[in-house]
Amino acid sequence: MSFLIDDDRPIFAQIAARIENDILEGILPEESQVPSTNQFAAYYKINPATAAKGVNLLVDQGILYKKRGIGMFVASGARAVLMETRKQQFYEQYVVTMVQEAKKLGITFPQLTEMIEKGATE
Amino acid sequence: MRTIVEVREVSKRYKDNMAVDRVSFTLEEGKIYGMLGRNGAGKTTIMQLLTAQAIPSDGEIRLFGEAPYENARVLGQVCFIKESQKYPDNFKVADALAVAAMFFPNWDASYAEALRQQYNLPERRQIKKLSRGMLSAVGIIIGLASRAPLTIFDEPYLGLDAVARRMFYDQLMADYIEHPRTVVLSTHLIDEVSRLLEHVLVIDRGRILINEEAESLRQQAFAVAGPMNKVETFAQGMKVIQRDPLGALLTATVLGSLGPEQRHRAEELGLEFAPVSLQELIVQLTKNQSEGKAAERV
Repeated sequence: MSFLIDDDRPIFAQIAARIENDILEGILPEESQVPSTNQFAAYYKINPATAAKGVNLLVDQGILYKKRGIGMFVASGARAVLMETRKQQFYEQYVVTMVQEAKKLGITFPQLTEMIEKGATE
Repeated sequence: MRTIVEVREVSKRYKDNMAVDRVSFTLEEGKIYGMLGRNGAGKTTIMQLLTAQAIPSDGEIRLFGEAPYENARVLGQVCFIKESQKYPDNFKVADALAVAAMFFPNWDASYAEALRQQYNLPERRQIKKLSRGMLSAVGIIIGLASRAPLTIFDEPYLGLDAVARRMFYDQLMADYIEHPRTVVLSTHLIDEVSRLLEHVLVIDRGRILINEEAESLRQQAFAVAGPMNKVETFAQGMKVIQRDPLGALLTATVLGSLGPEQRHRAEELGLEFAPVSLQELIVQLTKNQSEGKAAERV
């Protein structure tokens, strides 16, 4: 996820992903305040309602919570929840695809594990 | 959210021509709308009807709950910036701004002055001596500084270069955040404004073709490319709105969002995906209908 918005995916999903990444990387620690919808809108030059949709997606998932009259904050435990989701996504996006491609190329399972070990040491 | 405009079954007939044909929609408080469509689709007529510059042949329009025609109380809340606004011959830039200040109750004079300087508009210059771009800038300044609860921009950028247009979008966004209001932007430069829009109305041959949130439109189509037979296998039963063959290859534009299962299946077939921009989607949907039908049938 970059600092820029692209037109490949819904913008609200990119805003949500941006916040998720910042939480995972510790840029937004738990219990810290998240930029406001208007700040996101002004920075990315997007409609504030679109930014709000991204933020609300994370509120619905319990990643963020609202302090009335103050703003949005990162929930405690959010990072662990995101880690778990991302691991599941990692499996679906990378592992499943990798195994498929390996089969196509005739790479055997031992060869594949060997490659992963090699990749890990590099 | 409060509804500020209600259009019910409105038609406008000019002799034999149905410019607007039984159109119904609502506009809500504090949203930015894009009114998009081809030339001659009826966009400008709809905007004229909304602002009481034309009378419907049929149907009903309510603005802030009232009939707009010859209703000063309601019309003071509406600012309509036309593509080619006419001003009295001897008017200077300062005169146009002074008149706007009298007309719009929410007028912000210091904001108008700041914008005038940003666009390098000489205060004392006669309007008829302004370049096309400068004339557009006058309209943009009035549209923004009016802070009208309903502000309508009909192709406000004629003669403005890319830098000045970007300036307009940035100012619109910044001022909208500070002072939320309902804005209708009619434009052909869809890619330039698509991120600013919350809701999109597409007008096609006098009718509403699309009335949808901008974000959900972004997921409404995708392009899939690969060997022709494989693309056809994949696209079976889907709504294909465009086919671009290249030798044995085919790129198909498909209506609908791409779920994980379909993505998986396409990857197995070795097909590639590309997103379809709002502009591309609208071009495909509003181009010659007979052509569109032919593509569907194949």
